[in-house]
Amino acid sequence: MKKILIPAFMALMVFASFGAQAQTRSPVGAQVGDIEAMRELMRGFKPNGQAGLSRLVQDEAQQFCSDPGWTRDKARISAIEKQQLADVKFPADGKFLGNWQAGERVAQSGVGKQFSDNPGQPSGANCYACHQLTPQELSFGTIGPSLRNYGKTRGNTEAIQRYTYAKIYNSRAYSVCSNMPRFGHSDILTEQQIKDVVALLLDPESPVNK
Amino acid sequence: MRIGTCVAAMAIALWGGGAFAQDSTAKAIQEYRDALQDGNPAELWEIKGEDLWKQPRGPNKVSLEKCDIGLGPGVVKGAYARLPKYFKDTDRVDDLESRLVHCMVSLQGMSRADATRRVFGGPGAAADMEALVAYVTSQSKGVKMNVAVGHPKEREAFEMGQKVFYYRGGPHDFACATCHGEDNKRIRLQDLPNLTNQKDAQRAYTTWPAYRVSQGELRSFQWRLYDCFRQQRFPELLYGSDLSVALTMFLARNANGAAYAGPAIKR
Ligand code: HEC
Ligand code: HEC
Repeated sequence: MKKILIPAFMALMVFASFGAQAQTRSPVGAQVGDIEAMRELMRGFKPNGQAGLSRLVQDEAQQFCSDPGWTRDKARISAIEKQQLADVKFPADGKFLGNWQAGERVAQSGVGKQFSDNPGQPSGANCYACHQLTPQELSFGTIGPSLRNYGKTRGNTEAIQRYTYAKIYNSRAYSVCSNMPRFGHSDILTEQQIKDVVALLLDPESPVNK
Repeated sequence: MRIGTCVAAMAIALWGGGAFAQDSTAKAIQEYRDALQDGNPAELWEIKGEDLWKQPRGPNKVSLEKCDIGLGPGVVKGAYARLPKYFKDTDRVDDLESRLVHCMVSLQGMSRADATRRVFGGPGAAADMEALVAYVTSQSKGVKMNVAVGHPKEREAFEMGQKVFYYRGGPHDFACATCHGEDNKRIRLQDLPNLTNQKDAQRAYTTWPAYRVSQGELRSFQWRLYDCFRQQRFPELLYGSDLSVALTMFLARNANGAAYAGPAIKR
């Protein structure tokens, strides 16, 4: 993410010095228009703690998905998904399953990356904000599908483990404008934390599958 | 006294601590509302705000009674239901809060920094701005929202606000639309209004500012935006910026036609 951000930020600065041009529409109109939007955003915020203004600079996928008409551009959808999948860093040791109890704590915790959060503390993922997981936790949201019995219904094969790891690492690899954060790609969770939530979903002992 | 009953009822609503489940919270708040009828603790802020409006303040020692918030100097009744709008004197679109800052600066002689030093209250320390907002908005109760986009700058603000609503960014890739773009969704147990659907947009906008039972505070609409951007993992929204006015314009305009019903009372 950081690697993408810096050139994007510089491009933004270049556009910022050609204010009038940034307003014109061209065949790549959407992109030029979005740079104008980025400039407006920059003026509307101030940095606070860990949340600096560079967070307002969009990468290609964020920019693409900010246009409510994105569903029409089939070619770019598959191009971006491919690129996001290529970005996934799989664990060097080839193991996808961590500890489901630790995964449950990650799934419960909503701290991380807000300007009110301590950047020294590890982030949580707040999976429960959007998904049903264990039957014990009744306070779950509905932005995403229920993941109850996820492992029981899909099995625990290497292919499923690999898909689940990649999905959590970069949700856009399989659904370009997913509302789910890219937990690995955007440095929200560590590799170990992702393995732990994969275990929460797939370990036969996990309450998700009981 | 009504306020006294409020506080007692609130204690009942909060009984059992902060971690109660949503269903029982919603039920408790409904019962609380019924018990109060028109006795919302927001009244305390409205009374204080009316006082602040009428008091000579700032280096110029004048009141805000000559402040024009859209319907002419000093006219408060019904004004909020037409905001944000374009103002000729400043040649910009203002929402209620940015216009109040303008009046504190131009009429009362305060510096912009002084006028915006504390715009949101904290525990045990209410903010004057939220009291002023409570007073002015209370004077539009029952008035139909009628926000115009006739002026080119009003249209421009609306379009910018719409763009911001769908603008995805930050480490979590969130936009307002992530949490407020579909019907009948929730985060944990909190219901999320779909702000792109007229009915939800009307209900949400016309019930702010609100007295938050969970915070014991009256919260302004600008606070709501500030706090949703915090959850969005964005930097801090600049109070009164063109962008915050634009987003307010987009949301207010989508509430047109509904009767304004704030300051309300919420979870
Ligand atoms: C802000 C909302 C949000 C959060 C937080 C979130 N998700 Fe999701 N998730 C979604 C949405 C929406 C989908 C469906 C669209 C898609 O596939 O991307 C989804 C899909 C998934 C899927 C794919 C399901 C399938 O049928 O293949 C998995 C697995 C998943 N989420 C796991 C997680 C885990 C584990 C976490 C926490 C580490 C998490 N999600 C956090 C919104 C979220
Ligand atoms: C990560 C999730 C999330 C994001 C992103 C988000 N919100 Fe919210 N929003 C919430 C939640 C949760 C509530 C309900 C809070 C409550 O009930 O206490 C809420 C409440 C609101 C309300 C009040 C609704 C009512 O009926 O009282 C408005 C208006 C609102 N949000 C607007 C926005 C806008 C505009 C944006 C973008 C700047 C935004 N939100 C971004 C989660 C979010």
